[in-house]
Amino acid sequence: MSSAFHNLNVMSRLDLTRRLVALLKRDEAVIGGIGNANFDLWETGQRPQNFYMLGSMGLTIPIALGVAIAQPKRHVVALEGDGSLLMQLGCLTTVAMQAPKNLTIVVWDNGIYQITGSQPTASQSTADIVAIARGAGIANSAWAAEEGEFEKLMAGALDGGGPSLIAARIDGEPGVGKTERDPVAIRASFMRGIGGKK
Amino acid sequence: MTLGTPRHGSLAGKISCVIVAFPAANAPQNTGPRMSQTTAAPADKPWHEIVLAILKANDVKLIVYVPDRVLTKLIAALHVDSFFTVFAATREEEAVGVVSGAYMAGLRGAVLMQTSGFATLPNALASLVAPSQIPALLFVSERGTLGEFNLGQALVAKTMRPVLDALAIENHTITRHDELAFIVDRSIKQAYATQAPVVFILSPLLTGGKVFAA
Repeated sequence: MSSAFHNLNVMSRLDLTRRLVALLKRDEAVIGGIGNANFDLWETGQRPQNFYMLGSMGLTIPIALGVAIAQPKRHVVALEGDGSLLMQLGCLTTVAMQAPKNLTIVVWDNGIYQITGSQPTASQSTADIVAIARGAGIANSAWAAEEGEFEKLMAGALDGGGPSLIAARIDGEPGVGKTERDPVAIRASFMRGIGGKK
Repeated sequence: MTLGTPRHGSLAGKISCVIVAFPAANAPQNTGPRMSQTTAAPADKPWHEIVLAILKANDVKLIVYVPDRVLTKLIAALHVDSFFTVFAATREEEAVGVVSGAYMAGLRGAVLMQTSGFATLPNALASLVAPSQIPALLFVSERGTLGEFNLGQALVAKTMRPVLDALAIENHTITRHDELAFIVDRSIKQAYATQAPVVFILSPLLTGGKVFAA
């Protein structure tokens, strides 16, 4: 077990997603990453400002960055898994360089590729997601040790001053919701939800 | 225009009525600098100035690129023009993700890359851009042909059009300076009107390409 994990509670992704959504008061956009991240987001209720990724593993944070650049007055939250993030680590350096104040990255780190059979990711043993993010230039990066700290970090991030990254160690439970498999409907709904349709 | 426009006229006989008739019916007849419909981009400008003017005229403000030698002047000009938000991504698919998110939030964007970079994109195109019907604009500096010195580039280049055609993504290989403004301007408008991506392959015949420094 990585030293980064030694003092962290193992939490529930669905529970943390519910807590996160409850903190959203200003029509914040939420990008649910491929797989379990968006399944649990779907389960918490289909906010019009939610975008659910059905493919393009690794692009949660780039998509969120694009939304954040386009709408600097709206806060944007990216929900990403450890496996997906490890596929596209370079995007953290781009986020740091562009430094959007309205972007928060949440990483659900269970140390496994859960959806493909729970094979281990590098974050299970050797890679520390928060240390990587800090090294990429996102200074405001932190582990949430337990649920209350997650809510506190999240509330602070939503007040601006980003970009920030919050990582939480979660269990190996699969996502609960069944996201609608209709990419055009998801895109159109999201665009209407955030006023992107001109 | 058709999908998979041939580069050097190898199939032109089969579809020449489409390629030739479409612009000829609408464009000025060699009476002076050829203008695109809306951009006032005279054809006597260098190709990169024409592309920049057409992006601006179509309100394409976000430019995300992975660098390429042939695109150097275009990228430099975009960087110093305050109309544009311009930055490099670490990978081409990251750039596609950024412009996809920006489009959904109401900001138009384009991605600049070279041929080998395009080869990293099929998953992002097939699982995000195409099924979500996102009008991503992709400009690809064409390597691997007409004097290529790198065998790897030459082989990668052969994968580009088959991938685009397999995904039924509109793509135009631009070889002629006098057709550049018309193709790019009209195709950008079509992309947004039809919620479809479009790929502009910039031939060495247009840009001069990159040649081996002996």
